[in-house]
Amino acid sequence: MKMHRYEKIWLFLAASMLVIAVVYSGVQTFALGQGPPSGVGMIDPEKVEETAPFDNPGISKIGENEYEVVMILRAFSFEPNAIEIPAGATVHFKMTSTDVMHGFQVIGTNLNAMIMPGHIQEAKQKFTKPGEYLVICNEYCGIGHQLMSMTITVK
Amino acid sequence: METTEKKFRKLSGGNKLDSRLTLTYFSIAFVTLFIGGLLGLLQGLNRAGLLELPANFNYYQVLTAHGILLVLVFSVLFVIAYFYSVLSHTMDGLFPVVRKMGWIALVTMLIGVVFVVTTVVMGKASVMYTFYPPMKASPWFYVGLFIVVAGIWMAAFGGFIQIAKWRKRNRGEHIPLLAFFAMGVFTLLFFGSLGVTAEVLMLIPWAFGWTEKINVMLSRTLFWSFGHTFVNIWYLTAVSLWYVVVPKVIGGRLFSDTLTRVVVILLVVSNIPGGFHHQIVDPGMSEGIKLTHALMSMVIGFPSLMTAFAMFFVFARVGRKKGANGVFGWITKMPWGDVRFLAPMIAMIFFIPGGAGGIAQNANQLNQVVHNTLWVVGHFHITVGVTAVLTFFGAMYWLIPYLSKRTLTPAMNKLGVIQTLIWTLGMLFMAGGMHTVGLLGAPRRTSYTTYGDSAVAASWDPYLLLLAVGGTLLTIGLVLIVYIVFNLMFFAPKGDTEFPIAEGEDNASDTPKWTERWSLWIAIMLFIVAFGYVIPLIDMIGNAPPGSAPFITW
Ligand SMILES: [Cu+2]
Repeated sequence: MKMHRYEKIWLFLAASMLVIAVVYSGVQTFALGQGPPSGVGMIDPEKVEETAPFDNPGISKIGENEYEVVMILRAFSFEPNAIEIPAGATVHFKMTSTDVMHGFQVIGTNLNAMIMPGHIQEAKQKFTKPGEYLVICNEYCGIGHQLMSMTITVK
Repeated sequence: METTEKKFRKLSGGNKLDSRLTLTYFSIAFVTLFIGGLLGLLQGLNRAGLLELPANFNYYQVLTAHGILLVLVFSVLFVIAYFYSVLSHTMDGLFPVVRKMGWIALVTMLIGVVFVVTTVVMGKASVMYTFYPPMKASPWFYVGLFIVVAGIWMAAFGGFIQIAKWRKRNRGEHIPLLAFFAMGVFTLLFFGSLGVTAEVLMLIPWAFGWTEKINVMLSRTLFWSFGHTFVNIWYLTAVSLWYVVVPKVIGGRLFSDTLTRVVVILLVVSNIPGGFHHQIVDPGMSEGIKLTHALMSMVIGFPSLMTAFAMFFVFARVGRKKGANGVFGWITKMPWGDVRFLAPMIAMIFFIPGGAGGIAQNANQLNQVVHNTLWVVGHFHITVGVTAVLTFFGAMYWLIPYLSKRTLTPAMNKLGVIQTLIWTLGMLFMAGGMHTVGLLGAPRRTSYTTYGDSAVAASWDPYLLLLAVGGTLLTIGLVLIVYIVFNLMFFAPKGDTEFPIAEGEDNASDTPKWTERWSLWIAIMLFIVAFGYVIPLIDMIGNAPPGSAPFITW
């Protein structure tokens, strides 16, 4: 297979770029702890309300300016549908769905996750800037999908 | 040496029976494109807050129909028709059994489409073209999908039989380069749709109520094993035109027969696991598996970058022959006024941001920023709507007249140039707006909403207007292309049109025999699929949460 010298250089650069992208992704995930939301817990989607911790959804303090939010998503609402935290708080979200697939996207942050029935999704986010954050469902879940939103207020 | 008779036949539409088959496919494809495109306009206007849809005409129903008609029906019909034309032309006609299979495939697919579209129109299947369970459509929707896939398989097997028979008759010869692309595409059509077929076969009894629960995660994963492959089938189709047809149109030669075949092989073997990157922010999968898959998706970028080099190499070589100097001197030497060049060229240019966007979405962290936002829809519309579809449009200006034994007049060429520019501008507005507003967080697949008068949501409005402007321009482009296609099919002046196929350079080296070993490529493909999927699938089946009962939420 005859290849032009320029093509060899180009393909070397192309392969390097792709390798760098993957290596960097790996460093971010495993060394810096910035992996994508990947909760591996499971739950019976029909028994969400009676299974801990989802029998008691809401926000609780778990450390120095560190909170846990247990959240249930269902067509077409979040429970709880408004939370308040102090600025600089790190929030650990634990979420599941009682019905179809939903999305969980905190506008203005990089927090974006799929919430699926049967699976417990986990994600964490530090909220440094005060303000009201809009949270929306970004996976089509039915006729009221466009109404499915909540707020996170950072004081 | 070609006989005069053979040459004449190649100039004037090849086998008449084959042309009738492929022209029928193209006609239905473009009618589908027209209806699906109009539904797209309705959504753009609604999303911008400019149009209230009639009460019994739900946004999500329209969106489902738009997606299915364009993604599934138009593209499949187009790809099959194009490659059947290719096989007919480069192999001196389709074998009668293959032609028959082409017709059976068409009828089968249309029966399936009737099931699918009827259930959507009746409001019983507003589940999007992704139909993620446990959202449940009418069981007949899934039955329709299965019938469509059966039709696709019939067409793919027709392709395989054609190539196998031709090889038996032409021992020792390489299959023609375009037919080589056809082999790649039919391979992906068949193997790529196995996963989704398994999914649909699980959904049918569940939707009828014969089984109670469905494994949501498994369904979603099987869906995406096909979803991404499918996108790459359009892309591989477009690439075949870039490598083989575009050089001929600009008066050049092939880049390299061998390297082109290597690109096809790489795209085929590396394709199917690429779909995993749609699940980067899913629960239920470890970060390690996600990273493995980021790597496997990224591999698809490699043959694409080979293609980028090849194309510019061909342009530069043609430019130099015509007296251009410098690195970019070739630009002035290209036939920009020839729509057969202009349309695919713009398509290629759009593949630069499109491909870069694809690489970005493959990366774990960047994916999180844009997942399920309008950014993805913008990406989708420049890759499919421009890179693939504008290349397809470009092919219509010679392929339709070739098949219908007519000619492209200068006036029709000019109209084609106008169509191309309007389409490009429309996509620039629409996809540009979508990319921007998606980065700001605006979700995809969502009808007009203020999210309870949220200030952030209100800041998206100006960009959403761009969607409406783009959608309107695209609709004008749509009317023009449909007019052009049918004009070239029935009304253009009679005459001979060439099927443009570039030849190799005079000093080109022989293509090695190993490129033809399709059994090996398919084995490698299956090995890579197994490497990517066996462990996650075993985990999803063996270690699954209790399944989900169906929900109807619209
Ligand atoms: Cu939702």
